[in-house]
Order: sequence, then structure tokens, then C-alpha cells
Amino acid sequence: MNAKVQASKKLSLEQKKRLLEEMLFARRFEERCYEAYVERKIGGFLHLYSGEEACAHGVIEAANPGSDYVLTSYRDHVHAIKCGVDPKAVMAELYAKVTGCCKGLGGSMHIFGVENRFMGGYALVGGPFPLAAGIAKGIQMKKGKEICICFLGDAANNQGTFHESLNMAKLWNLPVLYVCENNLYGIGTRIDRSTAVVDQYKRVSAYNIPSTQVDGQDVEIVYEAAVEAVEHVRSGKGPYFLELMTYRYRGHSMSDSNAYRPKSEERIWSDRDPIIMLRDRLVEAKEMTIEDYKKMDNQILDQIESEVIKFAEESPEPPLEMLEKYVLVENDPWVKGGRGGVN
Amino acid sequence: MPQEIMFWEALVRAQDEEMTNDPLVFCMGEDIGVVGGTYKATTGLYDKYGPERVMDTPISENGYTGLGIGASYLGCRPIIEIMSVNFAWLAMDQIFNTAAKAHYMSGGQLKAPVVIRSPGGTAHQLGAQHSARMEKVFMGVAGLRVVTPSNPKQVYGMLKSAVRCDDPVFIYEHELMYNMKGAVPEDEFFHPLEGSEVTRRGKDVTLFAYNISVHWCLQAAEILASQYQIDAEIVDLYTLSPLDRKGIIESVSKTHRALIIEEAEPAVGVGAEVMAIINEECFYELDAAPVRVSAVNVPIPYNHSLEKAAIPNANDVVKAVLKMFGR
Repeated sequence: MNAKVQASKKLSLEQKKRLLEEMLFARRFEERCYEAYVERKIGGFLHLYSGEEACAHGVIEAANPGSDYVLTSYRDHVHAIKCGVDPKAVMAELYAKVTGCCKGLGGSMHIFGVENRFMGGYALVGGPFPLAAGIAKGIQMKKGKEICICFLGDAANNQGTFHESLNMAKLWNLPVLYVCENNLYGIGTRIDRSTAVVDQYKRVSAYNIPSTQVDGQDVEIVYEAAVEAVEHVRSGKGPYFLELMTYRYRGHSMSDSNAYRPKSEERIWSDRDPIIMLRDRLVEAKEMTIEDYKKMDNQILDQIESEVIKFAEESPEPPLEMLEKYVLVENDPWVKGGRGGVN
Repeated sequence: MPQEIMFWEALVRAQDEEMTNDPLVFCMGEDIGVVGGTYKATTGLYDKYGPERVMDTPISENGYTGLGIGASYLGCRPIIEIMSVNFAWLAMDQIFNTAAKAHYMSGGQLKAPVVIRSPGGTAHQLGAQHSARMEKVFMGVAGLRVVTPSNPKQVYGMLKSAVRCDDPVFIYEHELMYNMKGAVPEDEFFHPLEGSEVTRRGKDVTLFAYNISVHWCLQAAEILASQYQIDAEIVDLYTLSPLDRKGIIESVSKTHRALIIEEAEPAVGVGAEVMAIINEECFYELDAAPVRVSAVNVPIPYNHSLEKAAIPNANDVVKAVLKMFGR
């Protein structure tokens, strides 16, 4: 019995192959965003996830995407897609088209896919901490079996909302999993220059919340740690904090020259690329060949170009009449008083 | 027969009824549970509904406000009490960056139906950091409804509508008004969250007021009528966002003179906004330049005489009206 439980904590071969494909898709998607941004097809700020793919994929794979609630910061495209939001709708949103998941009103930092329970990307560092606790409170009040997973970077932990939310989450035993994607930099400032305690999982112990720190580049390790974390939260034991050590290949955003990181450091991390590591393992185990991988890559590149980019390019802009449409909820009956239009 | 009850009792009744009506309504705030609220607005609710629906929060304004917003995404109806509007500054991030924008930036996917109640205003010698008047800050942000009830009936009906409305609603209360008595109908009712109310009909000048200043204007109107034969109309702007443009135009078109009273400092305030609407919409109806009566532009001092001198009162309204009439 015990052995069976243990086994379920490991990724199956089928899962590994699928995750490789999903992570590669995420990488190619983000890199294509880079190009579109340079071509000025995408406006505003753009924060790319390349290098960190194992974090979102390993954790969300261990949960129930589409049923469990997920939210994150402005580096949000990949989390949304992993939750089931159509990549076409994400790209169209980046292109500010009416077919975008937020009709072109959100943008890169505000991807939402509420049908898929992706509850948003938020642009204020640390802003989602209390929102996640609140979603967990909502689950608790509705007596649901879901959990809420909140992904944020290490630098968010220097906001007051980190402490306020961990305190309340533990106090009220809320079903929330906080995932810290520790990429070692808060915008351009290295963690040891901004943060007195660099191991983020240690900071959580002050709130009596269980926490772990694992390698965020290895999707198998992330998955295994996340299975335990998710089980803990779902079983009613309250919040959990999972710290994943990772690295972003690009700057904080596209307006970041990325000059603050030594090349030697970047190499250490790119040598442990989450996609290449998983690929090489599968090749070594003779579950796939390099040719298979290249074929997969080409198919993905083709799909992104012929489906995703095409859709975004060809979609119309939102009409001007939409400008004021979602400021307040339209025609809410209670605004007029009476009995809300019903008797 | 309408029953005379106090402002705080109207709040308790509204919350009690809404909590009975919908199990997803819950209250949260500092000292609102076991203690029953600093201003008694949740008296008895903790015993009736328990700690999960009447939540004593830590003193973490931004945190618990954000928590309420998150719960509202799932259809919960949190009523968040921020003990003093001065503390709401700490929750501005979540109120402005999340509650006011979630519906819009998600392209209509999300709704954030939170109710945030908080008392502002100058009370008795509470000093600079407990005497803020922040209505102008809230009314200046798109995506948020701001209501300023001036009596128990309004706050009862507005709170009930606010709980059911899908928009985030900020209810701006006043520290000095919780013990004010007023008639509230025995039958359940829901007050509009948009509009204004003519509190006193008059023909010579309109006094635009809201919240506690409605009561100052009632005193001023009595003095103006009895001593100076000036018949003032009082328009209660019970919603500051959206402001009732139609109500403002109607009254100015009738009296041709307008005075706006606000308890806050004058800059970028209710007075400035109402004046702008008058200029835009009914400038040629005016027989005199509109006037605003505002607080002096200072942090509120502790000394009682200086405190009184800092904020407007009924006599200031009378003087300003007389000046407008060249008397």
C-alpha cells in the first residue's frame, strides 16, 4: 500500500513525455513573444518565463488544473496555458485583440482564464498573496475540495502582504499552497543584496507553516515535492510553502538590459536547463531519440506560427464601444434599489 | 410604522438580514467579532453566526482587504470593516489595484463584489492621524462605487444593496454619526446606490452636501430661512461615485445658485468636482458663481478650538450664502 502511494508520487513515462512537450511549447511560445515584442506587435511590459518552466509545470501537474485555483504575478503566460487557457487567446491578448482572453483589456501582465480557474496575473509585487488566501477562504466557505495555488517570485516575500497573508492563512487553516519561484533576482537586485534571509522557506517557519526548498529546474523533483505539498493542503492541514530554486534566462522584463548578472552564473543555470535535462533523461532511457525531439520541436514551432500567431495577427482589435464596458458590472439590478428588479 | 433606531443599529440589522439571506455573506475586520465592533456595528453577530462568518482579523488592513477580495471572486459577499478610514490608506493597494480593476482587466471575467465600510471624518480631538477625510480619494478612481449615507435609513438600505450588487462598494461612514437616530422602515428595503435626494426643498440656493454635512446644512437652512428669508434647498449627494449629474443639474436649474460643503480640504475634492459638473452642464443657469465651503488645508490639530476652526460648520454655510447674495 505504502509503495503504491510512493509510486503515484513519481511521474509516469507518459507524463514525462507530455511535460517535455508542454515545457518546450512554453519555451517556444515565450521566445516567439520576444520576437513579436521586438517587432512591436506586443506592447507594454513583457516578462518572460524562459528557464523557469519546470516550476509551473511540475506544480500544476501535481494539482487538478481547471479545478484548483491558480494565480500568479505578471510573469503569467505559461501558468495560464498550463491551467488550460488556450494559447491562441493568450497570444491574442498580448496582441491586444478582442479575441484575447481578456478582450485586449488586460495585456501581458493581466492574463485571466476564469473558466479554467486561472484567477489572474497581477502586476503589483506581492499583491496576489492575500487574494490567494481569500480564494482559499471562499473554497472553505463553499466547503469545496479544491485548493488555491499562488506562484510568486522571491522578491515578493519582502512585501508586507507576504507576512500578513501567511499569518492569516495559518490562523484560519486555509487551503492555499504558496509556491516561491526563487530566481535569485528582484528585478535587477540579487537576493542577498535585498533580503536578510536568502533561504525563503526558512522565513515561513515563523508562521508555523511547513515548507520545503527543492531544485526548480528538475520537473521530476518539482512534481514530487508538489504532490506532497498539494496533499497536505487538500487534506485540510492548512497552508504549505514550496520554494523552487530556478533562474530566468531573460531580464526581468523586456526593458531590462540584463547586465547585472555575470555570464558565468547564467551558464551554470543554462547547463541545467529544465527541458534539456528531461529530454536527455528520456533519450538516455531510450524512450525517445534526439530526432524525435527535433521533430517535436518543429511541430511546436509550426503550430505556434500557423495557429497561434496567425490567430493573433488576424483577429480584430476591440471596438471603441468596449472602452467603458467593464468598469462596473453592466445593469446590476441592485444599483437601483427597490428589490433588485425582483419581487 | 417606521422605527427610530441608531445608525449603528441600522448597520447591525442590515448585516444580520443579509447574513441570514445568504450563507456566503460574511463580515471581517478588527475587533468586530467578540467585541462587536468599535462602533458596535456587528453587535451580536459573532454569537449568532460564529467565528467563520464574523471574523476578527489581525491588524493587517491590506492583507485582510485583499483576502476579502479573493473570497469575493468565488461568489462570497464579504463585508469588510476598516475601523477608521485613516487605516484604509494601508489597504489602498488592494482596493485600487485589485478590487477596482479586476472586472475590467479580466475583460469582464471576474467580479469583486466586496463591501468595504469605514468611518472617516473629524471626531473629537483624535489628532492628525485619526481624522482623515478621504472621500475624494475614493471617488476619484474608476471601478469603485462610493456611497456616503447620511442617516440610519440610508445606511441600512445601502448596505443591503451593496452586499447584493456585483461591484465593489465603499461605504463612507462618519465617526460622529453612529449614535444618530433616525426612522428605518420595518419592512426590508434596498436603497439605490446611484442618485441623490432632496432633503429640503427650497427655491433660492442649493446646498450640496453628503454624510454629516447634510446635518450642518439643515441647521444652516433653518437659520437662513428664519433670520434672512433665504429659502435653501439641500441636495444630499449620497453617492459620490458615480455623482448624480442629473440631480445636480435639476436643482441648480431651479435655484440658480450653488454651494457645496465638504468636510475635507478643498483641493481636488467633492466641491471641485460638483463645481466642474455645474460649469459643464448648467453654467448659464447660474445667477452667481458657485461657492465651496471646505476644511482649512491643514492636518487636523489636537487642540479642540483649533480642530473646530479647521472644519466647516453651519455658520460657515450661512456666511457663504449671505456673501453670495451680497448681504
